[in-house]
Amino acid sequence: MLNLIGNYSLVLALTISIIIIFLSFKTFKSKENITFNIFFIISSQFFLICISFLTLLLAFVYSDFSNLAVYFNSHSSKPLFYKISGTWGNHEGSLLLWLLVLSLFNLIFYIKSKKLLNAFRSLTIFFQQIIILGFLLFIFFTSNPFQLVIPTPIEGLGLNPILQDPALAIHPPILYLGYVGSSIIFSSSLSALVCNYVNKEWASDIKKWTLISWIFLTVGIMLGSIWAYYELGWGGFWFWDPVENVSLMPWLCLTALLHCTSVLKKRLNLKSWTIILAISTFILSMSGTFLVRSGILNSVHTFANDPERGLFILIFLTFLILISLIIYFKHNNFNQENKSFIFSKESAIVINNWFMMYFLSVVLIGTVYPIFLEAITNEKISVGPPYFNQLIIPFLIPFLIIMALGPKLEWIKNKKVRVKLTKIILFVLSIFISYLIVRHFSTKVLYLTILISPSLYLFFISVIDLNDEKLKLSQKLSHFGFSILIVSIILNSLFSEEVSVNLKKGEERQLSNYLLKFKNITKTEIDNFTSLKAEIHVIQNNKELKFYPELRLYKVPETITSEADIKTNLFNDNLVVVNYLKDTDYLNIRYQKKPFMLLIWISAILLAIGGMIGLRKDFK
Amino acid sequence: MKIKLQFIFVFLIIIFVLSIFFKSLFENKNYIPEKIINKLDNQSITEFYSSKNYKLKDLFSPEEYIILNIWASWCVPCRQEHLHITNLSVVDNLKVVGLNYKDKKNNAGKFLSDLGNPYDIILIDKNGTESIFLGAYGVPETFLIDSELNILKKYIGPINLEDELEIKKLIK
Repeated sequence: MLNLIGNYSLVLALTISIIIIFLSFKTFKSKENITFNIFFIISSQFFLICISFLTLLLAFVYSDFSNLAVYFNSHSSKPLFYKISGTWGNHEGSLLLWLLVLSLFNLIFYIKSKKLLNAFRSLTIFFQQIIILGFLLFIFFTSNPFQLVIPTPIEGLGLNPILQDPALAIHPPILYLGYVGSSIIFSSSLSALVCNYVNKEWASDIKKWTLISWIFLTVGIMLGSIWAYYELGWGGFWFWDPVENVSLMPWLCLTALLHCTSVLKKRLNLKSWTIILAISTFILSMSGTFLVRSGILNSVHTFANDPERGLFILIFLTFLILISLIIYFKHNNFNQENKSFIFSKESAIVINNWFMMYFLSVVLIGTVYPIFLEAITNEKISVGPPYFNQLIIPFLIPFLIIMALGPKLEWIKNKKVRVKLTKIILFVLSIFISYLIVRHFSTKVLYLTILISPSLYLFFISVIDLNDEKLKLSQKLSHFGFSILIVSIILNSLFSEEVSVNLKKGEERQLSNYLLKFKNITKTEIDNFTSLKAEIHVIQNNKELKFYPELRLYKVPETITSEADIKTNLFNDNLVVVNYLKDTDYLNIRYQKKPFMLLIWISAILLAIGGMIGLRKDFK
Repeated sequence: MKIKLQFIFVFLIIIFVLSIFFKSLFENKNYIPEKIINKLDNQSITEFYSSKNYKLKDLFSPEEYIILNIWASWCVPCRQEHLHITNLSVVDNLKVVGLNYKDKKNNAGKFLSDLGNPYDIILIDKNGTESIFLGAYGVPETFLIDSELNILKKYIGPINLEDELEIKKLIK
């Protein structure tokens, strides 16, 4: 029953989508006002997709195993929270969520854009609807979440236990909000091109959407790394995993776009560049979806490999790219723009954009190069952190310094920059501090030590800037957050320590400065898994810390996961992870000390809060 | 003119990138086999009928492929894929190995006598640990392994007609 309702509302939504495409194109051509009809149709489409998403949700909540997606990804003994998150924890459901957000944003765009040009509005809805139609067809033909299993199985196959984590349960929806927000930016910039509407009004509208997707993407990426850090137990938060890179690329593009739109808004400059960024953000999001869903990339995030799905997204992607290329080159007739000033805010922002594009291309090449190499020469390689570190870190140095100085520059004016004494003192101070750090701690990584001074410099400057009345609060806060992020990432990778040993119950071992004791192990049965809790004491400088790391033996599907016990304070994370060694009484015990982990999360939140404040201002 | 050139340039790059994506979509994605060989190496597993112990690597002989199928009598989709496993069992250079997953011997025996025994050899995984070591996700799951112990393909969930044909194509 549920399956039928869900399926038929999808079919109806598909029909409506075609109607909207037709209607919105008609209103664009005839230059009529948008009528009430379109609003009615758009909201009913949203309503239908809502219903179909809710039926899938209900099927998961009530463990209706006659549904194929539920059967493969759920189990009746799972806690309710994970039954709900199971809805989007699989390929089919997550696409339905994409679709839901797409149509929601389409509706919001319609409501919020009443002041803008009519032709522009209807054309934006037209493009947006084409994207929606593409996704509807994709869901319908390759990944329908409402397929039946006959006969109805008694029990489901279960959700992969590493996906059973609160951070991960909300990570995909938030990330999708970011991705999908960029779809509005895409359709709106295409239609602005066609209507020759690239002006200040458009810029301030698109800035809102850019901010919205940027905020969600920032939070989404952060949640993803929180999950990687706490659940995967790899002892890190960023691995340059292809799928992480895929979410980082639109983020870099959006950050560039964010800065660009303010130039467009204030000075009507950088028109075509803004359009290019707007288009590429969405194209990158879509290519990311393609790379992840087609199974070309293999990683923890990979959903089921299915070339058919990949083929569909690829065709759709080609279609979107071709449309945007043709429209861009046909309508791109901006006059040579106003002359620029070297020491002005614009040039600082342009430089920011160059760096963003550089970082973007490094990440892009690092991600797709293995695919290209394999397709052409059949050689398999994986691109790891050293590549990214070596190419990104040297360029971060000028980037951070310019980021420290840029916001203080003024629009248009080409005033000679007066170098203030405080800035020089701060610069010397940060070099001095980094000298002390390198001197007193045996640091292993040369590259990173070079980075300490510029990042500290940025930090000092942005702390001072917090008091500057001339700057916008949103910008101050985000830059402050970013400076903390960089400083804590660097210090974290410089001062992390790790020891690892195999111990039996009752044994202890001295490793460098640490004494590790394996005291006890207890076994308890919990809902859907058996928990083995070890008690481990770590003694350093007469301070004793107790840890209770856990091994979880899941029954459905049969998997062992290891839960780290993490003791967090503002400056340090101490964690112990145990791993099961087969056919022995030994456990592999890993103790790690990670400074400034909490600050990394806090700074990412600060970044997002800065964005939210900016958004509130724009809506006023 | 300049714009036209730009367009052609960008267009060609994008077509190139997309065609590479297209090509790699249909590449045969072999798993990186190294780790899995090590895991297979020293396990000795009991045979279903004879209760003899086997090491997995003893099962391999040159120029022969192995299908390792993890199954259980209580598993509904295993019944569904049984037909395809049976079809595969008659292929010449293919040995079908069953790994009976967390099952009661009586039930498993009944399953085989009801539906027929497609397996050349059946191994017992009483508590499910061997399957974990193979990197299996649950039942049913099927591995296609070549004589050099490379895992060529892994099917999670029941195999269907399409998979059956794919396996037949792969081992030709």
